[in-house]
Amino acid sequence: MHSKTLLDLAGAIASGAVRVIDLSFTLSPDFPVIVLPPEFGQAAPVRIQEISRYDARGPAWYWNNVTFGEHTGTHFDAPIHWFTGKDLANNAVDTMPAKDMIAPACVIDCSAQAAQDPDFVLTVPIVEAWEARHGRIPSRHWVLLRTDWSKKGWRDYSNLRDDGAHTPGPNAAVMKWLVEERGIIGFGTETIGTDAGQAGHFEPPYPAHHFLHGAGRYGLQCLCNLDQLPPIGAIVVASPLKIQNGSGSPLRVIALVSSA
Amino acid sequence: MTDPIEAPRRKNPLLRTRLPTSPPRARSRTSHGFTRAAAEGRFMLQRCEACGKFTYPAREACPMCLSARLVFVDAPPRGTLLAETTARVPSDVYFRERAPWRVGLVKMDCGPTMISHLHADCAEGVAVRMSFQLDKSGQAVAFARPEAETPNMADDRQWREMSADPKFRRVFVTNGRSAIGREAALALKAAGANVVFVGIAEPWRPFAGEELLRGQDGIELVNFDAANEKSTGDLAADIGGKVDILVNTTEYVRPGGLLDRKGTSIARDEIDHAYLGFINLAQAFGPVMRMRGADGINNSVAWVNILSVHALANWPAFGAYSASQAACLSLSHCLRAELRPGGIKLMNVFTGPVDTEWFQTVPPPKVAPRAIAQAVVAGLRGGLEEMYVGDVAEEIRQRLAANPKALERELDR
Repeated sequence: MHSKTLLDLAGAIASGAVRVIDLSFTLSPDFPVIVLPPEFGQAAPVRIQEISRYDARGPAWYWNNVTFGEHTGTHFDAPIHWFTGKDLANNAVDTMPAKDMIAPACVIDCSAQAAQDPDFVLTVPIVEAWEARHGRIPSRHWVLLRTDWSKKGWRDYSNLRDDGAHTPGPNAAVMKWLVEERGIIGFGTETIGTDAGQAGHFEPPYPAHHFLHGAGRYGLQCLCNLDQLPPIGAIVVASPLKIQNGSGSPLRVIALVSSA
Repeated sequence: MTDPIEAPRRKNPLLRTRLPTSPPRARSRTSHGFTRAAAEGRFMLQRCEACGKFTYPAREACPMCLSARLVFVDAPPRGTLLAETTARVPSDVYFRERAPWRVGLVKMDCGPTMISHLHADCAEGVAVRMSFQLDKSGQAVAFARPEAETPNMADDRQWREMSADPKFRRVFVTNGRSAIGREAALALKAAGANVVFVGIAEPWRPFAGEELLRGQDGIELVNFDAANEKSTGDLAADIGGKVDILVNTTEYVRPGGLLDRKGTSIARDEIDHAYLGFINLAQAFGPVMRMRGADGINNSVAWVNILSVHALANWPAFGAYSASQAACLSLSHCLRAELRPGGIKLMNVFTGPVDTEWFQTVPPPKVAPRAIAQAVVAGLRGGLEEMYVGDVAEEIRQRLAANPKALERELDR
């Protein structure tokens, strides 16, 4: 590729011809984390502890110590996160190929269905209907499920009831199909987790995790601003922290969108 | 009879908030026998093991027979007020601010004559009930009250200096997600608190009993997570200046000790919630509480911790949890000393296993959350520093005093 292409991209970003959309939530202690039954180990929420703030602890500087679980806030799932991907090569955030951190995205807007039904599941026919309008999903693309879930208050966002979380996500058939028939690079959602809130009752349980990671693909969750992305043509930049043998990490996800 | 105290009016912002002062503090080491008694709400005097006579004040030898075998024992608290006097212009700053102040001589049925602070309803020649109370400098003082209840007895001006009664005060219960926190909030409201702020961490997560707190008159749910430094600072900025009683109901119970657990993540959570949460709370709320120790009828008066009695003696079945509680106990002594200049009492309420989900497999006796809440109210009204709620807690207290090594061996099963 001609180096001018890259310079053109930089110029387009500078001029606004290519818009940069932030798909990440602020990493904050208030952000809901995944809830597992209490007898299991739990994801630590974000903690921010001040080291100094222009005070006796450090007169001219402000900084914090920050701790969090790998799966906190807007975060990335690597294949090693799930048992199906545990034996794959380069399956952790530090060893995954850097080129996988930049890829185009197809955005499937299911916000209307999710508004009607918190347990909405994405199915093959829905994706086929999307393909009928926008073309076949190319391989090595992200598929991002837009539900507008990120616009909810935290309680509705988690939507925990006495039988678990009720949030939208994909069914097993569509995940297997997207991975095997379309060769997607990963699947992204606005909810806490790539899977539906009730996906523990699917067959197999947590099919997005099961099929994505089993095939060495990735997950993105707790995304926002998907409503600002076109159905096709956006480029997603998602580079997780290089945590040694990490199963995932909070990260800043951005999308490049041509405004033309 | 005592005139009931009136609900405090809003503060006049043109007036400076009065700073707390302390009554005289010096005591002999032996006198701290009374401090221990006052802390636990017991009435103890020295009794001579040689001649059997009670004596007061604290001495190194029996004034009757000169034996050195003086031991503190529970004593009958009944006496008769011989004479009373009112100090109108005391030289001590603390008492001068609170003058006129009544004191008297009480002839105890068990022998000694004691000089004592007096409840306003005590009359010469009439029987009184004597107790040791912790004053604003944290030291034990003798306090005589009428033998029987009198109307509005707890509203007595001098008594209220010794107690931490919730009446008309504003309370912050730090964790309303637990049954203990919920019961404490309801009990403190019922005890006359003006308002009870109840901290709710992770408000997006539903919890049992939420409907009991929501919409209750005088109970205000606030977003609060003690383990989150920013959350504690933010809430203190909002309500720190109107917390008169803080009840730390942080609760993070997980079974297991060392070898049957893997890694440190659970221990880290325990420390995060219980210990670091305590530090966050203390740093956010402690300074303003200490500064408001003399701020009128609804001055800040008390900090309460609910702790496992296994802070005192490790219970290996919940060994790491016990250690986190021991850390909090140690920290509480530091906080008690640091709150002292404000006259703020720090009360630790020790409980055995509570009748909640995490102690499901533990056989009875277990403590009902409501019993803990009632103990908190009773302890505040009595101005106590240490409370043991339930059979397990009381038993551990006694066995620890008798033989700590035996207790250690017996908890190991």
